[in-house]
Amino acid sequence: MTYELPHLDALESEALHLMREVAAEFERPCLLFSGGKDSIVMLRLAEKAFRPGRFPFPLMHVDTGHTFPEVSEFRDRRVAELGERLIVASVQETVDAGRAVDETGPRASRNRLQTTTLLEAIEEHHFDALFGGARRDEERARAKERILSFRDDFGQWDPRAQRPELWNLYNGRIRRGENGRAFPLSNWTELDVWQYIARERLELPPIYFAHEREVFARDGMLYAVSEHTELLDGEEPFTESVRYRTVGDLTITGAVRSTATTLEDVVSEIAATRVTERGETRADDRVSEAAMEDRKKQGYF
Amino acid sequence: MSTTSLVRIATAGSVDDGKSTLIGRLLYDSKEILADQLAHIADVSARRGLETVDLALLTDGLRAEREQGITIDVAYRYFATARRKFILADSPGHVQYTRNMVTGASTADVAIVLVDARAGPTEQSRRHTFIASLLGLRHVVFAVNKMDLVDWDEAAFERIVDNLTDFSARLNLPDVTFIPVSALHGDNVVERGSRCDWYGGPPLLWHLEHLHVASDRNMIDVRFPVQWVIRPQTDEYHDYRGYAGQVAGGVLKPGDEVLVLPSGAKSSIARIETYDGDIAEAFPPMSVVLHLTDDVDVSRGDLICRPHNHPEPVRELDAMVCWMAEAPLRAGARLAIKQTTRNARVVVDELLYRLDVNTLHRDLDADALGLNDIGRVKLRTSAPMIVDAYRRNRATGSFILIDETTNETVAGGMILDRETLPP
Ligand SMILES: Nc1nc2c(ncn2[C@@H]2O[C@H](COP(=O)(O)OP(=O)(O)O)[C@@H](O)[C@H]2O)c(=O)[nH]1
Repeated sequence: MTYELPHLDALESEALHLMREVAAEFERPCLLFSGGKDSIVMLRLAEKAFRPGRFPFPLMHVDTGHTFPEVSEFRDRRVAELGERLIVASVQETVDAGRAVDETGPRASRNRLQTTTLLEAIEEHHFDALFGGARRDEERARAKERILSFRDDFGQWDPRAQRPELWNLYNGRIRRGENGRAFPLSNWTELDVWQYIARERLELPPIYFAHEREVFARDGMLYAVSEHTELLDGEEPFTESVRYRTVGDLTITGAVRSTATTLEDVVSEIAATRVTERGETRADDRVSEAAMEDRKKQGYF
Repeated sequence: MSTTSLVRIATAGSVDDGKSTLIGRLLYDSKEILADQLAHIADVSARRGLETVDLALLTDGLRAEREQGITIDVAYRYFATARRKFILADSPGHVQYTRNMVTGASTADVAIVLVDARAGPTEQSRRHTFIASLLGLRHVVFAVNKMDLVDWDEAAFERIVDNLTDFSARLNLPDVTFIPVSALHGDNVVERGSRCDWYGGPPLLWHLEHLHVASDRNMIDVRFPVQWVIRPQTDEYHDYRGYAGQVAGGVLKPGDEVLVLPSGAKSSIARIETYDGDIAEAFPPMSVVLHLTDDVDVSRGDLICRPHNHPEPVRELDAMVCWMAEAPLRAGARLAIKQTTRNARVVVDELLYRLDVNTLHRDLDADALGLNDIGRVKLRTSAPMIVDAYRRNRATGSFILIDETTNETVAGGMILDRETLPP
């Protein structure tokens, strides 16, 4: 008998430990659930941390209104199966109430607006900590973010003033108005997430698997044709077998050509891929080298 | 699906020793760099007028740091081979950033200390080695870099080995290894070098893949800090009471007699539950739920251990601390402490000495610890603490100190015991 945990078990254990620490040390945590693969993993981790008890926090989705219908359907079904409470914070409502203005033009997205809706929801529900599914391997600014990070009154992240994080001793003390952001998947890579999904046999929304879809090419990426997207001159829709590596605002989430129809196929495609998830599928990060860092400072998750 | 184990690495080196290049090389040669990342750094290298792609750019982090051209905070990188998955905490090497190295090393199994083959060991190499030993790392690898610039001179390498072997012998480091490398050209990083027939050892990555880390954790003394009590209080789970936590030491089995501290209540383990079913044994760092045979009172912050192997609750702590705040620490200070899942308050009764991390000299006259200083203190706690010596158990022997007015984490601490005093 060797007492060495396989790496997925070690990562899982570390995540459960963080979830329980945050549940114990904060008064009103909340778990962000989008219906995407990382947050699906987060739900499984929450089940492992707290069952047979109920989750000591509600779930929340910041809905851009540009969510893939397949993902929304999946989200509601999964929440019902779990018997937990879901709060939907709607960007559309923020826009309708005049608290944010939609970007215009063919490259408009609701990514920035999401921040406003998120901060409003935090205030309304008095959340003092949010669980997010972000990983450090996603993007360079994230590589330095703490597992338990903090946002000030304005939701801003200050990368220069982070608390030291030693061992697994998380300091959950905050001032009024501040809130914590806990990232149980910090040390997971995209491949770890996929391997975990396969191991746990987690159900995913169908858009993660190859399917025929009407798309158009822009900046070297494929985007879904939808009522929310405007085609530019010379952009022609065509049908292609694609799958998604992340699900977000469908106007800025790129699809990849793929024939992988099963989880095993997807895992082998990911293992062989030569492009990062964000580089391949997120238009918003391509804008500038420091795009992500800037958005995070403004309170983007 | 293949199972691989997880190994955590902390890197350290003085500025320009080639740490960024080495990490870039590890990521690149282990095929961890993806096309878009490579295109990005190729682009930046070209804009800066470089002839070749600068692999060091891969580990470049936040904008502020890019502007200053230095890394100022711990950054985490990931790479994997068929055998292992690695988490690398990249700590910058500046003098003032002892706290970053301490942070990076706190969770690490192994430290890679960079040494420039031309300059030989510097004060900083020794400081980094000392910090690795202070933080309880069992394995240190000295990567003697830029061997190409000394024409792969074996004698130059051996001088560095002798020097650092002497130094390491004064520290508590069971496993020290030296590897001559050229990070720039890739010799002995992932692939064996072609210009060093005299070197019989493996390349760095091979060494990291085969390092024996499983036995580094304490598998003898049962320690289970309770994090969270699961009590569904539904009809179906009316009498359910599970104690959730992460095993901090030892191997737990159903039937084992246990002692709950600080109450002193005794019971035994009825079963060890996980979401995937009951299991026959639990060991570090597993997260599990324990059920006891008796209805004893157990809550968060309690420690479950064995009746004949347990720490005595104490109110005085003898510890080394690394101070991480601008305002200095002095005797008389009042702070909050977090150790395992326990929170309490402390008063700093005494500052015994400040340790010069470069010379290991003890300054007995010091009356304060400044930012990045390491020193020995006596603390008095507001509630009984249940601790082990850090040397025996990193999970139950470590703590953080928190300033209650700013909520900042101001120190990391390691419990000492009489048998294993530091230098
Ligand atoms: N000749 C030679 N130069 C190296 C080697 N490793 C790094 N360098 C150079 O040393 C300089 C500092 O390297 P860098 O990785 O930025 O150092 P860091 O400050 O420790 O991260 C750069 O110009 C590198 O190209 C090596 O093995 N051989």
